[in-house]
Amino acid sequence: MSSRLFFLFLLACPLFAQSGYSPADIAAGKQLYRVNCTNCHGPNGDSVSGVDLGHGSFRRASTDNELAAIMVQGLMGTPMPPANLSDEQAHQIVAYLRSLAAATDTPGANNADLGHGKALFDSKGCLNCHRIKDRGSRVGPDLSNVGARRKRDEIERSILDPDAEVLAENRYVRAVTRDGATFTGRILNEDTFSLQLIDSKEKLVSLQKADLTKFEFMKNSAMPSYRDKLSGVELSDLAGYLVSLKGL
Amino acid sequence: MTRSSFALLLAAASLSAPLLAQIPYDRLLHAADTPQDWLSYSGSYFSQRYSALDQITPANVANLEQKWVFQARSIEKFEATPLVADGVMYTVQAPNDIVGLDAITGRIFWIYSYSPAPQARPCCGRVNRGLAILGNTLFMGTVDAHIVAVDAISGHLLWNTKVADPSAGYAITHAPLVVKDKVIVGTAGGEYGIRGFLAAYDVHTGKEAWRFNTIPGPGEKGHETWAGDSWKHGGASVWMTGSYDPDSNLTYWGIGNPGPDFNADMRRGDNLYSDCAVALDADTGQLKWYFQFTPHDDFDFDAVQVPVLADLDWKGARRRVLLWANRNGFFYVLDRTTGEFLQGAPFAKITWAKGLDEKGRPMRAANMVPTPDGTKIYPGNQGATNWYSPSYSPHTGLFYIPIWDNYYSVYLNEKIQFNEGRIFAGALPRSPVALIRPPQIVTRAEEDGYGAIRAFDPQTGERKWEYKMTDVTDSGILTTASDLLFVGGREGYFMALNARSGELLWKAVVGGQVSAGPMSYSVNGKQYVAISAGNVLFVYGLRQ
Repeated sequence: MSSRLFFLFLLACPLFAQSGYSPADIAAGKQLYRVNCTNCHGPNGDSVSGVDLGHGSFRRASTDNELAAIMVQGLMGTPMPPANLSDEQAHQIVAYLRSLAAATDTPGANNADLGHGKALFDSKGCLNCHRIKDRGSRVGPDLSNVGARRKRDEIERSILDPDAEVLAENRYVRAVTRDGATFTGRILNEDTFSLQLIDSKEKLVSLQKADLTKFEFMKNSAMPSYRDKLSGVELSDLAGYLVSLKGL
Repeated sequence: MTRSSFALLLAAASLSAPLLAQIPYDRLLHAADTPQDWLSYSGSYFSQRYSALDQITPANVANLEQKWVFQARSIEKFEATPLVADGVMYTVQAPNDIVGLDAITGRIFWIYSYSPAPQARPCCGRVNRGLAILGNTLFMGTVDAHIVAVDAISGHLLWNTKVADPSAGYAITHAPLVVKDKVIVGTAGGEYGIRGFLAAYDVHTGKEAWRFNTIPGPGEKGHETWAGDSWKHGGASVWMTGSYDPDSNLTYWGIGNPGPDFNADMRRGDNLYSDCAVALDADTGQLKWYFQFTPHDDFDFDAVQVPVLADLDWKGARRRVLLWANRNGFFYVLDRTTGEFLQGAPFAKITWAKGLDEKGRPMRAANMVPTPDGTKIYPGNQGATNWYSPSYSPHTGLFYIPIWDNYYSVYLNEKIQFNEGRIFAGALPRSPVALIRPPQIVTRAEEDGYGAIRAFDPQTGERKWEYKMTDVTDSGILTTASDLLFVGGREGYFMALNARSGELLWKAVVGGQVSAGPMSYSVNGKQYVAISAGNVLFVYGLRQ
């Protein structure tokens, strides 16, 4: 390497430093991620089984350069192909992935009283259906890492208007067997011949469709609306607390 | 060994010598006469994936039981259809190990291990879909774009020919096709900006005999359908096995998408022969006719489907046709002698086109193109069907298609620079249905996509029945002379349906994604059905 090239290399290094990314890098990385990565890895980086790109911990890389190299070179023996990215673009995607893990979703969450939010969560009956780490019920969706999966406005909307969007994986199902037994619970899995659910007693149930006389998904969410049950501050603190939950 | 016993051994060897010429070309030509064997990827040159065996019937199929399994030493999914010749099964464990097995017990005779170059980078998994056979020789394409010939008795390498450069994104994933003294393969790599081609190699030497570039070069007819230099990196790959009509000596192949996949502005024009059916002279590789399903494709609608040949009564006269359910959502019937469009209609929900004109050219729907912010379009990127083998049963007269319905993608559009060996697709679309490696848990709603097997009357286009699945399917279809239809799916079931009604007759749990086509064979008068799922090959037969 000539001395001039080495000087240029030194100049370039700060751009790729471990945590020196600018908002412009992150924004560019978000767009690059959307068009290059979402197809397989999903919008939240967790669509490939056993791979989670959104929490700053990677199975095959620890440094930013290693991450960028995987994107550019692909991973032998896996479906991960070499993407058509420059080194700079790959590092912009790294910047975006790092930002996912590091940042809370919106500035509003930083201003929330998380302790108050937690107290509200505990006192308003949320634990009757939801679970956070080792507390609460398993009947509803586990919220231990909801802040990593859902945006603040989506969480607020779910609290105020649960029927506005029921994610497919959170749907409730009602099934009646030939001998008259009724099962109601949250869907866990479904195929052509069977379905698996968790019922209101937190019991795992597997049913054969051939044994059912009725089988339907509930149109609405099983969760009540808290529209008139929380003040503006309470909603903000509760949502802020949930946004802060990033998993173990 | 005594002199006399040595002489006896020599005598025995000379007596058995004729048996060693295992599969002469005549047996490939008349594969229907030996339904106990399965001698090519689709079972015969007409690629109907139809077996004349009829021991397993709708009445006794409930008595099927697992006879043996072969667990591949590979984390990659099994996509190969096995061959069976005279009681010996040959298959490929990914990426490129050929395995010779006892077709009755599954015990291994030998394994030929091929180590692909580290530069190999197939877009969508280090997979292989199978082999070709002629005489005592097996032929396999490799993920690093070689073709190898291996002795079918010993498993030893006979020759190895480099077809293309894997570091530029070339790969071979489909089963070769043997015609006369040539073995034909095409090159995958449509997502890497390759320039695709089909090539034929001498079966004895591995020397190239002819080559057909799927993108015409300067001065060649069709070159004008590529703006500027876009032809140099236009893709038009080949990754599924073609068919052959001995009467016309034409071999038929489906050609893949143009590249970059989702930015058609970078390659203005129809982009021949991407997304085409092509008919080539099997001796010379000369193009006889083509039919383009999706001119100027925005959606990655490869036309790599297996060309299914059938002879039908068509409006009062016998007609030689090609049946083609395309990834773009239309089911076409073409005259296979001339390429003339005879009929076409959608077989699943589509929004990208309003229909087909009188020559079969799609009439594009307004504003149904990829955009920087994304456009929701049906079918999604994986298509209304894809590479999964359809089946035509001469017994029922019906054509059977594995289908993804209610399936969409949000297609994006972004400029991209060509870099050799890197993905050259443009912005990749999004969909609720996973692309290739699906999750093991499915909670998706039906309006976000489901799978089905549908039976069509090719003479009228009429849908005769549907068998609906909760999840989509990447499985091929096998039909038999006893009017059974075998198929699997992503859910990890393998099923037998009544081919006339679609009624479910039998199912087995195979516990993994079925991404292969079923086949059937018999040994010692007993019929078997084989299917690969996950990285395991399962074989079923009737309970005794």
